Amino acid sequence: MKSKADVVIIGGGISGCGLAYNLARRGVDVLVFEKNYLTSGATGACGAGIRQQWSTYENAELAIASVKIFEKLSNELGEDIEFRQGGYLVAIHDRKEMKQAIKNVEMQRTLGLQVEILDSEGINDIVPILDVKGMKAIGATFCPTDGHANPFKTTFAYANAAKRFGANIYTHTKVTSIKKDKKRITGVITDKGSVKTEIVVNAAGIWSKDIAEIVGVNTPNIPIRKEIIATERFKPMFEAMVISFKDGIYFSQQKEGQIIGGIPSPEQKPGYKTIPTISFMQHMASTLIRYAPVLKHINLLRHWTGFYDVTPDSRPILGETKNLKGFIHCHGFSGHGFMISPMVSKLLSDFIVDGKTSEVLNNLNIDRFKDKKIEHEMSTVG
Amino acid sequence: MKKKAIVCRCEDISLEDVEKAIDEGYTDIEELRKKLRIGMGPCQGRVCIQLVMKILEKKTGKEVGKINLPSSRPPIIPVCLGSIASDKNEK
Repeated sequence: MKSKADVVIIGGGISGCGLAYNLARRGVDVLVFEKNYLTSGATGACGAGIRQQWSTYENAELAIASVKIFEKLSNELGEDIEFRQGGYLVAIHDRKEMKQAIKNVEMQRTLGLQVEILDSEGINDIVPILDVKGMKAIGATFCPTDGHANPFKTTFAYANAAKRFGANIYTHTKVTSIKKDKKRITGVITDKGSVKTEIVVNAAGIWSKDIAEIVGVNTPNIPIRKEIIATERFKPMFEAMVISFKDGIYFSQQKEGQIIGGIPSPEQKPGYKTIPTISFMQHMASTLIRYAPVLKHINLLRHWTGFYDVTPDSRPILGETKNLKGFIHCHGFSGHGFMISPMVSKLLSDFIVDGKTSEVLNNLNIDRFKDKKIEHEMSTVG
Repeated sequence: MKKKAIVCRCEDISLEDVEKAIDEGYTDIEELRKKLRIGMGPCQGRVCIQLVMKILEKKTGKEVGKINLPSSRPPIIPVCLGSIASDKNEK
């Protein structure tokens, strides 16, 4: 193992590998420690969706900028990440949701996003198999440039490109301690050896809380178990991801033909358990059939669990800790880390290399939780 | 010959595909699975995973007994969504 590095990243998911690439390509000597294998945490279990329709400025800004990067990412990294833009259809169920939707769309449009509000008939123009009455929708918002990409392939492509620029990635290597003096980071100790560094990035997903605790930093994150299903493959019938904030459901048909989708589990609770529940499977199947009755004939193939690393306002925690120079937060993605990772890793690499900060980075600093009033992200599913 | 030896029937993955991925550095069975989608089809790995472990042992020297099995995903055999939903009356 190397004895020193400019930057050590803890966590080999999409955030860690994306940041390793963005730093390495700018000549930074970067090293990644992953305790299991690449994508073994939330990245490898995620729903693969990429959505720009958010209620808070920071999430929308990060997602819109990320889509611009995703559009060119296969070329940039030299591997196909299977990015596809089939749009996101967000169901609206009542007048209260309509009011919020109008507000969201207004804000999203000021950021240059192409997004429209549909009436109930417009829903079937986008996704013909939906039963508008069954899903109790009065309308929807639709953004055609939303979509999805393959989280495994995107992470592997970032990691491979990072290695070509000289990054060192150590899998099956667990961080056991972090060395610091009074005000700054000095090194990282793992079960395979130690390394000197002045900058540590905490990109450890649901384990980021444990990593922060090593250096005495308290984070408000809570790990929540989430579940997803995948069906057998069948003829392509729709391209958009369908979601509902009220029911919490999301589902889409992938290019190969399988449906992937999730919904909050009736037995959902904080913790690190990874056992799938029967109650989720039943709740998911019955809600999915209510939305698209024709799917009752489709076979369910697989059902797995993953995690959301949830913060009090469902927005990520990014940037440096005030009293500990060199300890950088990159976690708390609350279920939407994959879709904003290209821009997050770019912003953090600009901060680390040039000291450059931005409005989004400032607003998402961990210090925001000291204020009594935080702006909560309303548009979450799963 | 290698091109014709199919390891994963569900995803149509050949012996050559598996060996190439291992050579590229995907030496963890979970990484291999996620790169090639081995074990994610209707058979859920019952046909291919044993073969992949054997190939991994041959290429990396890591004994089959020391390779962790990938996690299994319910419902193990395909079940139609209508049957699963029929057990619950949603109001």
